[in-house]
Amino acid sequence: MASGLIDGVRRALELALALALLLAALPAAAQFRVEVTGIGLTQLPVAIAFRGEDQLQQKVSTIVQADLERSGQFRAVDSGAVAIDETSRLDLAPWRQKGADSLAVGSVARLADGRFDIRFRLWDVVRGQDLGGLSYAVPQADLRLVAHKIADFMVEKLTGEKGVFSTRIAYVTKTGTRFQLWVADADGENAVPALTSSEPIISPAWSASGMQLAYVSFESRKPVVYAHDVASGKRRLMANFKGSNSAPAWSPDGRTLAVTLTLDGGSQLYAIDTGNAGPPRRLAQSNSIDTEPVYAPDGASIYFVSDRGGAPQIYRMPSAGGSVERVTFTGSYNISPSISPDGRWLAYVSRVGGAFKLHVMELANGNTNAITDTVADESPSFAPNGRLIVYATQIAGREALMTTTLDGKIKARLAGQSGNIREPDWGPFPRQ
Amino acid sequence: MHRFILYVALAAALAGCSTPVRLDPAPVEDKSGMGVTAGATAQPPDSAVAGANRVTPVNLASRAQDAAPPSAGPSVVYFDFDSFEIKPEFERVIAAHARTIKLDKNRRVVVEGHTDERGGREYNLALGQRRSEAVRRALGLLGVTEAQLEAVSFGKEKPVATGSDEESWAKNRRAEITYR
Repeated sequence: MASGLIDGVRRALELALALALLLAALPAAAQFRVEVTGIGLTQLPVAIAFRGEDQLQQKVSTIVQADLERSGQFRAVDSGAVAIDETSRLDLAPWRQKGADSLAVGSVARLADGRFDIRFRLWDVVRGQDLGGLSYAVPQADLRLVAHKIADFMVEKLTGEKGVFSTRIAYVTKTGTRFQLWVADADGENAVPALTSSEPIISPAWSASGMQLAYVSFESRKPVVYAHDVASGKRRLMANFKGSNSAPAWSPDGRTLAVTLTLDGGSQLYAIDTGNAGPPRRLAQSNSIDTEPVYAPDGASIYFVSDRGGAPQIYRMPSAGGSVERVTFTGSYNISPSISPDGRWLAYVSRVGGAFKLHVMELANGNTNAITDTVADESPSFAPNGRLIVYATQIAGREALMTTTLDGKIKARLAGQSGNIREPDWGPFPRQ
Repeated sequence: MHRFILYVALAAALAGCSTPVRLDPAPVEDKSGMGVTAGATAQPPDSAVAGANRVTPVNLASRAQDAAPPSAGPSVVYFDFDSFEIKPEFERVIAAHARTIKLDKNRRVVVEGHTDERGGREYNLALGQRRSEAVRRALGLLGVTEAQLEAVSFGKEKPVATGSDEESWAKNRRAEITYR
């Protein structure tokens, strides 16, 4: 009787403890959403250890680690429970034994004014070298951004390439009859709605400065192209001609917006000066559909989709107009071109059987690979360092945004709104 | 089941409560010849991060509704897969609207083209435009003045049936004659 009572009390206490622990564990679990579905060949082993994160809902070290893993270029080495930070005099031998090539150490401390002081240092474990560090004092709202900047610092120091984790991604959600254009961190978190409308929004496109988004809004019950200054919320009508106005693409210098208009009935390509409201200049003539223009990164040529050959294929022409040359030859439905920032790669969607699959072509030799296992891929867009592609697809019947390496080996699902999520566009590096 | 959750939670608790291992402050093996001075190479605190990614949300008011359509009968023309050819059974629908539109020269009519869900959004927008354009041209051939007509497309953005089957797709491949 007595022991039964004690057992009961103990069980109740244990259950309460278990519940508390589960609740405490939830935010951390919800935050880590990198789903690596393939194995990379050469990944740099990195250990990360931060002190003073216990009070944080979103741990800086967790965000850094998720960024690095999603890039496909790094593998996390368990740092264990160690009490070290950026000021520690380190014995690197145990880290070498753990198999870490580099070690990121840091600390987070709350300042008297409520901001957070984040300090970080990167070590080359193999050479025993201090690779430098960063420190920031920021409000809580900017902790994620600081974590992304730390991840970018590590990518640049360890690979020689710029990281993309403090860049931004735009995408569109549909919830019931509400359409929203979001601007989010490159991991899909920290999303803020730039535009909310009761009519569809499609085809967001970042300007090269990263200040403006052009997109197609159906708010006036027809497709019309706007340019939207994200920081101020100011919108400018860029193309509102009779018929449909769609598929905006900024030239790299920001002076021209290529669009698809239907001034003569069919969908054709035009260029619009972004500075003044001059008449649209026709870029190409065909009796077929020409649409989805994108500028090559050097601004010299435009890639676009046309069904002039009887089925949609990707073509290229000089950006002022001129002779048109076909780029895709395999398959009978190739759409939505995106060119890597170095101009080497073309990402596009190809219909294979009844499936729509993301493909990557090496433009120099035309070699092409399908890099997904999904069947409803849409809207590929390169990261500004050319290492990742973001695209929309469907997973288990629901819309999702994914990132992938160019070889398709490392994929990660972006965090984001529940419900329908589509039309991603990866923004440029921030201007210094 | 409860017991299982409890075990998992307790295991997590034990793992989480293990005493942190204190490392002896051993000097770093330093082959670069540079001393390790705590904090010396860290950059000064950077507050420029704050507000760098500001976004001001814009909320559009709900749009005005269409004018009530005049009684010209059905106003939807359906199309076959990958086609913008007007089928004979819809010629009467278009002719009825042509008569109505011609009665009032102030009437503005927008033909809205739509596609099924398969394929890219922009390419479908162009395909939907072909459908609305086909209906616009047919109305023009029946004597409706150009200035009263506009052909636009919604591509696959506004399906009337949301299923992913041929029955739904057939309902979505359409052009709607709307009065503004």
